[in-house]
Amino acid sequence: MPVSKTAMQQSDNFLARLHIDGWLLAGLFVLMTIGLFTIYSASGQDMALIQRQVIRLAIGLVAMFVLAQVPVSFYRNISPFVYGIGIVLLLSVLIIGVTGKGAQRWLDLGVFRFQPSEILKLFVPMTVAWYISKDGMPPSFKHLMVAFLIVCIPTLLIARQPDLGTALLIASSGIFALFLAGMSWRIIALFALLIGSFAPIMWLFLMKAYQKQRVTTFLNPESDPLGAGYHIIQSKIAIGSGGMTGKGWLQGSQSQLEFLPERHTDFIFAVFSEEFGFLGVIGLLLVYGFIVGRGLIIASRCQFLFSKLLAGSITLTFFVYVFVNMGMVSGLLPVVGVPLPLVSYGGTSMVTLMSGFGLLMAISTQKRVMSR
Amino acid sequence: MNNRRQTIRDFTAESNLFLRRCLFAVLLCLTLILVILHNLYSLQVEQFEDYQIRADGNRIKVIPVAPNRGIIYDRNGTIIAENRPVFNLEVSLEQVEDLDTLLDELQQLLELTPADIARFERNRKRQRRFHPVTLIANMDEDMMALFSAQQHRFDGVAVEASLARYYPYGSALTHVLGYVSKINARDLNLIASWGTQSNYAASKNIGKQGVERYYEERLHGKVGYAHLEVDSKGRTLRILEQTPPQPGEDLILNIDIELQLYVQSLLADKKGSVVVSDPSDGGILAMYSSPSYDPNLFVNGISQKDYSKLIENNDRPLLNRAVQGQYPPASLIKPHLALLGLESQKITNNTKIQDKGYYQLEDVEHVWRDWLKRGHGKVDVQRSIVVSCDTFFYELAYKLGIDTIHEYMAQFGFGEHTNIDLLEESDGNLPSRGWKRAKFNQPWYIGDTISVGIGQGYWTATPVQLIDSINTIINYGVKNRPKLLKASMLDDLVIAEPLNTAEPIRVLQKKNWDIVQQAMFDTVNTPHGTAFKAFRNSSYASAGKTGTAQLFSVGQDEDVDDLIIADYLKDNAMYLGYAPAKDPKLSVIVALENAGGGGSNAAPISRSVMDYWLGETR
Repeated sequence: MPVSKTAMQQSDNFLARLHIDGWLLAGLFVLMTIGLFTIYSASGQDMALIQRQVIRLAIGLVAMFVLAQVPVSFYRNISPFVYGIGIVLLLSVLIIGVTGKGAQRWLDLGVFRFQPSEILKLFVPMTVAWYISKDGMPPSFKHLMVAFLIVCIPTLLIARQPDLGTALLIASSGIFALFLAGMSWRIIALFALLIGSFAPIMWLFLMKAYQKQRVTTFLNPESDPLGAGYHIIQSKIAIGSGGMTGKGWLQGSQSQLEFLPERHTDFIFAVFSEEFGFLGVIGLLLVYGFIVGRGLIIASRCQFLFSKLLAGSITLTFFVYVFVNMGMVSGLLPVVGVPLPLVSYGGTSMVTLMSGFGLLMAISTQKRVMSR
Repeated sequence: MNNRRQTIRDFTAESNLFLRRCLFAVLLCLTLILVILHNLYSLQVEQFEDYQIRADGNRIKVIPVAPNRGIIYDRNGTIIAENRPVFNLEVSLEQVEDLDTLLDELQQLLELTPADIARFERNRKRQRRFHPVTLIANMDEDMMALFSAQQHRFDGVAVEASLARYYPYGSALTHVLGYVSKINARDLNLIASWGTQSNYAASKNIGKQGVERYYEERLHGKVGYAHLEVDSKGRTLRILEQTPPQPGEDLILNIDIELQLYVQSLLADKKGSVVVSDPSDGGILAMYSSPSYDPNLFVNGISQKDYSKLIENNDRPLLNRAVQGQYPPASLIKPHLALLGLESQKITNNTKIQDKGYYQLEDVEHVWRDWLKRGHGKVDVQRSIVVSCDTFFYELAYKLGIDTIHEYMAQFGFGEHTNIDLLEESDGNLPSRGWKRAKFNQPWYIGDTISVGIGQGYWTATPVQLIDSINTIINYGVKNRPKLLKASMLDDLVIAEPLNTAEPIRVLQKKNWDIVQQAMFDTVNTPHGTAFKAFRNSSYASAGKTGTAQLFSVGQDEDVDDLIIADYLKDNAMYLGYAPAKDPKLSVIVALENAGGGGSNAAPISRSVMDYWLGETR
């Protein structure tokens, strides 16, 4: 049926030729803008910081744009190989990595420091999706076990660095892929049980002192209000004192007067909540919800299982970022180092996230094999 | 190849399964978003007020601001206690990188002593964070000039101005004004007992003596508050709100500073006190106790050396002799006893005795001597006052008995506070049977009564009690008791202070009071009067009574003139008088310790004071 081409459709076609999803891009731009304004306020109006963040965002956008041009089949084909490379890099981090902030996370490549755990955030869901898509869904028990192994190896290696936040994100990215692939509910229940019983073992044998402290602090922040509990107490005060409508941009006393720690990085959500209030938070959640929704629409619309699983996994992992960050800042979850995606100041994870959206856009504009 | 395999698989079933899982994931996400929103709703809406208070608690620091202490004026509006700006060198430790080097350099520049450094170290340990520590209190101008020129070298060191109490007339008014000094632990308890701890939150000093102590609460004022916005490091960013402190009341004393200075000059090198009052209202025009000391020494903390000097001085400069000196009133109370004799009709104006130079009771060997060995001959009550005959009063006291004497003299205020506005006041002692029983567990003997007849024995009185009693005689029993405070001033509005009144003494026959007043007039104005010489040729007619208190008991057979008496056992010389005799403008007591006879030593000082006040030497 001939339809008169509207401007929107024209631009749709234009963006489609560039392998860009307009809705998704719009959502990302809104987030980035919110992020820049909040960082400006949280950093005490530090323009230099804003410039650095803008450069990072630009790098992220470029990465997204470049990755969006690559055919999805290429990604699928390289999945097992990049996964192997990733594991080797992780092992080398453990052996020759650079230590910083009490954890070994970086490889010093001379020119810049490189954090292999970041790229595995993409390689793990890619590999799981590749493995499952070979044999179709739902996966058999044997395939599930192999897939679990694919997830567990990097997760444990990263947890040993230790970097609990990233380990959590990588584990969930793999598990989401399996979940979307139709892993049976019985197995899900079984694993929930296993993890539940594993927690005490983790506490006793695997967790480091500072990680344990984070958990005890989370359970009762007031027990050490000037020490370990300080972050979370100040953060809750910032959020709570924001009230329904907030104190206004640049007016948050908790953030402006530096009572709030990690203001422009992990705890930026507290700054946002203080200055824009509960209504602002609802707005922010709508933007995140819109992006997640758009991601899931892309995942369900595409034809190929690999693409579906990868797109779904990337989208849901993005949501995990949001949930974990908001949860920890508002005292629902223990403090793990997860930034608020695209709003927090910071480089490495931002480029990974944008790369993920690059894959998502590549998937969204993937050519269909069959016509309708 | 894979593509083909996928198409072979049940594409629709796969797609449906994926869709169901996607829907489930959406539901999961929505649930988690609701959990987050629920938590944030609880924080931001339900507990909003709690968290707002906590945020303000973080951000707002309330600091007390000390009020300015009330200024004290004399009756003519001359400032006698004021607040002067002082400049302290203060160190903000947080801004100092290397304290030791800084102190070394400052020590060289300003020639600080090791004691200064030690005091600084002591203060440093006590000071709260972000409060500067005083290195030098009260810098002089040379020091300020030296420091100002080099200030750029010393980050975190600054000259801060504050107000400090200053007494421009120094030692002249010490015993009237007292002084303020650092609040110590005992003062804190006192403040707590008043329930005004918060009012003193920013105050450094408190009145310790004199008017400063008595009127502490009125002079102090009300604390103010500044609401400061601070950052997480405790640094002050700005003042949000201020409740300015309310300055203390300004006080106007009855003291005339010129008269006070004149009195001080009269007492130079003497040990004793002078009180001058206005008989019409009891207002204290001058009150000086010698020796005195500089109250300014105490304001910024007196040094151990200076304090030892004051404590160890045998002349006891810290004692306010005008209200704390307790002396035998001696002959000064003869008019009072005469009045009692007349009013109680134990004697009349015509009652005469023959004074042979001593008094003796029947069947008792003991002899009470008159100060005049040969005796005064035939004397009546007025003559006995004029020539200060002891024998007449020995006999009068015997006739009256101690109980009557005690009862009447208590009405004059002996043995009790005059309620002058000084907390240091002593009671003196008005003896009675009960008192002697309680004190020595001994009965009262007749002989005790006879000594009381000439104001000796167990009777002691303070100068301020004596001047109060003469004012009562002048006013025919009406009591306007001594008071330093004349009025207070708030916002330029002068509010007169109520007088220090008390129940008047009942006048039975006004004539009796006239008789006593006439006798005191004659003491000054007739040739045989004990004060005649001192007041010869004065341009006004005054009245008064001399007194010479023996501090040394002369044995029954000894002759005073033959004894060499140590200085501290020499007689106290006293004079209690008023002028003009009719409608008096001032009453004066002079009490000099170990000075000899009252007529020759105390009366001339009283005359100088009266001359001055009545305009002769002004």
